[in-house]
Amino acid sequence: MFDRIFPPKQIPLPSGKIVLEKHSRTPIILLLVCLGIYFALQLTQFNLSQLLERWDQFFVIVADMLPPRWSHISTIWQPLLDTIKMSLLGSFIGALVALPIAYAASTNIVKQPVITGLARVFLSLLRTLPSLVTALIATFIFGLGTFAGTIAICLFTLSYVGKLLYEQIENADMGAYEAMESLGMTKGQAFRQAIFPQILPNYLSTSLFCFEGNVRYAAILGYVGAGGIGLLLNEGLGWRDYAGVGMILLVLAITVLLIESVSEHFRKKLL
Amino acid sequence: MNQIEQKLATTPRNYRYLLTISLIIVGLIIWLLTSIQVNGLESNGWTIAKSILTGIFKPNLALLFALNQQGIAYLLLETIAIAFLGTLIGGMLAIPLAFLSASNIVTKPVAYLTRLLLIVIRTVPALVYGLMFIRVTGPGPFAGVLTIGLTSIGMLAKLYVDAIENLDISIFESMSSIGCNTFEKIRFGIVPQLFSIFLSIIIYRFDINLRDAAVLGLVAAGGIGAPLKFAMDSYRWNEVGSILIGLVILILLVEWFSTKLRRKLVTGR
Repeated sequence: MFDRIFPPKQIPLPSGKIVLEKHSRTPIILLLVCLGIYFALQLTQFNLSQLLERWDQFFVIVADMLPPRWSHISTIWQPLLDTIKMSLLGSFIGALVALPIAYAASTNIVKQPVITGLARVFLSLLRTLPSLVTALIATFIFGLGTFAGTIAICLFTLSYVGKLLYEQIENADMGAYEAMESLGMTKGQAFRQAIFPQILPNYLSTSLFCFEGNVRYAAILGYVGAGGIGLLLNEGLGWRDYAGVGMILLVLAITVLLIESVSEHFRKKLL
Repeated sequence: MNQIEQKLATTPRNYRYLLTISLIIVGLIIWLLTSIQVNGLESNGWTIAKSILTGIFKPNLALLFALNQQGIAYLLLETIAIAFLGTLIGGMLAIPLAFLSASNIVTKPVAYLTRLLLIVIRTVPALVYGLMFIRVTGPGPFAGVLTIGLTSIGMLAKLYVDAIENLDISIFESMSSIGCNTFEKIRFGIVPQLFSIFLSIIIYRFDINLRDAAVLGLVAAGGIGAPLKFAMDSYRWNEVGSILIGLVILILLVEWFSTKLRRKLVTGR
């Protein structure tokens, strides 16, 4: 299409062969991006002068957070532990459930296109919903509290791990699997003995990575009433108790850092 | 006893190891379950679940196809605009930070300090940034843009650093040997190596930002989140259904498009 409007330049080589030099697409892409930026600026009421004038307001809350109120820590422990437990349980269940669904979604093992198609549509539909929206819906169905948060985390983990897992199953070496099937093993047995050991390290590492992210997500799930430390955070923000919020954020940052470094250590060992 | 059976007999028996691991996991789960209050379904949980489902299958079509400022199309466009501008801002701000935290460009202490800063930026939840920026700009999509910009820095910089640390340095030697100056070295030695990778990372982050932008509405920072929450709080399920349908279709489309684009950027096909 583009080449027909701007025909490529023809360069005859000394050998008599004609080489086509296509025109660069950069100008047209640049134009599109500029147009996009212009309309986005209009649509979001972007206002640079306001930003330059009032940027210091951003640090008002930051300044209020410092120094954090250390005495707040006694009330933080329990919700923090709840958050960690919530994301651990959610990730665990989600990763477990992801295994059979990924099995059903991989085309090299399940030969019926209807089943693989259904499993894939299910996974991508789950993946599209932001976890906070899932949590919001879960609080409406299961009531306020950690249970709704666990469900939201579980669904998110399921969609994420499930997708990566079925891609790994499809890339696995099928030789041993076929050999075992020809020996008379059932599909499930052959999967367990031949494919599962191949994907196990990656599966565990993905699940761990997901757990890392989930701790951070779980922290804000409280915003919609799904339990954990987010509830406390929301309360602090509502009361404008920024010193307390600063303490929560500090504890959260340390926790996330710790969990990330531990899980990174194990992930490096796994791969 | 033939050879195969002998081989089978020599396989290590690690039942005790497996038993310990499973015991630990079972114990862990029991401990985890203690803090989850399974108070059963909310008494009207089933009716709500049912009404959400009927809402999705019988959406408010007038709202779904309306073209005014309350219509889904406008809200989605606003969400896209927020994510787009935010990603651009974050993508640009992350470049200097990424170079400052790459251990093959700057000294160790500088790299370490910048990394610490990035971790701190990354752990503060987006909603908190949203509230801070609302102080600066007042509620509205502008606050959302700034929030998305700031929150994307952490991950973008982390992924950039991986690309920067894999730079092929040997090119510089050959470039200096044919007499290139520093600017030429950067323009023709570094930029071509990094540009497509950076672009692919930015597009990936745009995908994530779209979801975040949809959520930021909860703190009145523009986008589709606020109407969703209002509709749910007032039990207008067919509105909820039409918003969810719009959101899901948009995200699926963007995901499909961005995967295609990134594959083209990385593999050239």
